[in-house]
Amino acid sequence: MSASTAYLVIDIVIIAVLIIGIGLFRTPPSARRGTLAASLAMILAMAAVLIRMDINRPELITVALAVGSLAGLGLALRVNMIQIPAMIAFQHGAGGMAAFLVSFVELWRGAETGIGALPEVSGLAGLLIGAGTFSASLVASGKLANLLQPRPTVLRGHRWLLLLLTVAAIGLAVAGGLTSGPALGAILAAAIVVAAVLGVVAAIRIGGADMPVLISTLNATAGFAAAFCGIILSSYLLVAAGATVAASGSVLTQVMCKAMNRSLLKVFAGVRPASQQSSRPAGEPAPGPTAAGPSIEAIVESSGGALVGSSAESSAEPSAEPSSPTHADPQAAAVEALKNARRAIIVPGYGMAVAQAQFELVSLARKLQENGAEVKYAIHPVAGRMPGHMNVLLAEADVPYDQLVEMDEINPEFKEADLALVVGACDVVNPAAIEREGTPISGMPILRAMDARAVVVCNYDDKPGYSGVDNPLYEADSSILLWGDAKESLGALNALLEEAERM
Amino acid sequence: MTELIVLVAVFVGALLLGYLLISRVPQLLHTPLMSLTNAISAVTVLGALLLFGSRPSTAEAIIGTLAIILAIFNVIGGLAITGRMLRFFRKG
Repeated sequence: MSASTAYLVIDIVIIAVLIIGIGLFRTPPSARRGTLAASLAMILAMAAVLIRMDINRPELITVALAVGSLAGLGLALRVNMIQIPAMIAFQHGAGGMAAFLVSFVELWRGAETGIGALPEVSGLAGLLIGAGTFSASLVASGKLANLLQPRPTVLRGHRWLLLLLTVAAIGLAVAGGLTSGPALGAILAAAIVVAAVLGVVAAIRIGGADMPVLISTLNATAGFAAAFCGIILSSYLLVAAGATVAASGSVLTQVMCKAMNRSLLKVFAGVRPASQQSSRPAGEPAPGPTAAGPSIEAIVESSGGALVGSSAESSAEPSAEPSSPTHADPQAAAVEALKNARRAIIVPGYGMAVAQAQFELVSLARKLQENGAEVKYAIHPVAGRMPGHMNVLLAEADVPYDQLVEMDEINPEFKEADLALVVGACDVVNPAAIEREGTPISGMPILRAMDARAVVVCNYDDKPGYSGVDNPLYEADSSILLWGDAKESLGALNALLEEAERM
Repeated sequence: MTELIVLVAVFVGALLLGYLLISRVPQLLHTPLMSLTNAISAVTVLGALLLFGSRPSTAEAIIGTLAIILAIFNVIGGLAITGRMLRFFRKG
């Protein structure tokens, strides 16, 4: 009894350290301490389990721990920040698979020894959710890494298929719960397969700007799978940690949905902005200079540029053509606006991330600062390819984090700014969201770039963003429009500013 | 039975506490947060280790080994990436 009490105390201490670690995510320095606390808790948790259990097959355990750790460490030290979303999605998948494997063995063993109804139901839930998370995460990771078609793939009767698979997966789980004979293994395996197919079918129809919602949801389901797995193992630690992660993923999902003005159901059931389908029929590549990666442009919410690598080779230049009626030479007008800016706000969007224009952008921002301008970055919650992604990309490009400002805080400042520089962002600066009713983005919170005295737009083209809603900002007199690959547009501006400095 | 009630209470309590804590995390840190929670969700590594607590059959040993590899890959990889990401953040 005293031994088990001691174990309970140890578990509680570990849970407390983990939760304190998450609670420290307030500022980057405190978050670094939080990560250390969480690392310590994880090491303690494993040590506590290994000390108290009988260890069979220690050679297998050692090899498995070594192989997994080295692979994780190797990958972690190699990825760059643009690859982070794909990497994290892949890890959600690994977590999901670990959860359904553990649940499978526990259910199998439980059938021999007999377990209660609640642990059994939890184990079955962990099995299904783990398998679905596993396959959906692999699809998400493939899409984020551009290995799979990043645009939504819609099958015939997609919604019915989703429903059918859900019913089949739950049906098999129930059958598994009622079976205890040798058929159990086969039924559970079938449940895993059906849940995995469900995960694939659910994930393929999500794409483009909806990816942050998908990755957040998978974060939550990986947590739920771990927590349910914890109930069948009767481990407080697993339940507490899993539930905390589930809560975290749910909060992030909610933040993403709110920032995109979409409900979770609409994202998963594939209710898409109606006008988008008419302007860009499925399967039709968006017009663009790159033959290599036409599909990417089509999904770019706010086309800021071409795919990695293809931008350098693209020969046809869509940029530099006079586009705004008020500016015969938009490039010269942009340079003028940049030189005169005292207070500049930069609005980076998903397109900037796709064009990988962050380093050119930061070097342009430096020139503005050297010129005496105050520069801030306005970060919309869905900028980038996962929650908070834009902040990490800009931090990697050496932007101090006190220049990265959240939407609600920066919005009143646009009125005072004499320059808003929009790079690869369309829907998130679309005034139609507040001015017009009945559009897919009506009511969506936006960055008020239109309030600035001059607005320089470095977007890929004048096509509407992911929502399919035309952007009145492009017609405003204050707007200077530079179409084309954002990296090239910014590079040209950088060169012109340098030239002007030398004169 | 009491144990089950406590487990469910822990589940609900952690959900609520997690919700309160995470709601206060600034958007600046959302990516590192997801990376960290991803590592934490791989506490299933404990379950995978526990599979070896009683003598496993060959099939169970294979599944258990695979589960340990996947989970510890997440734990170590997730923590290392979170640390790397947070080091990029500097004050001006």
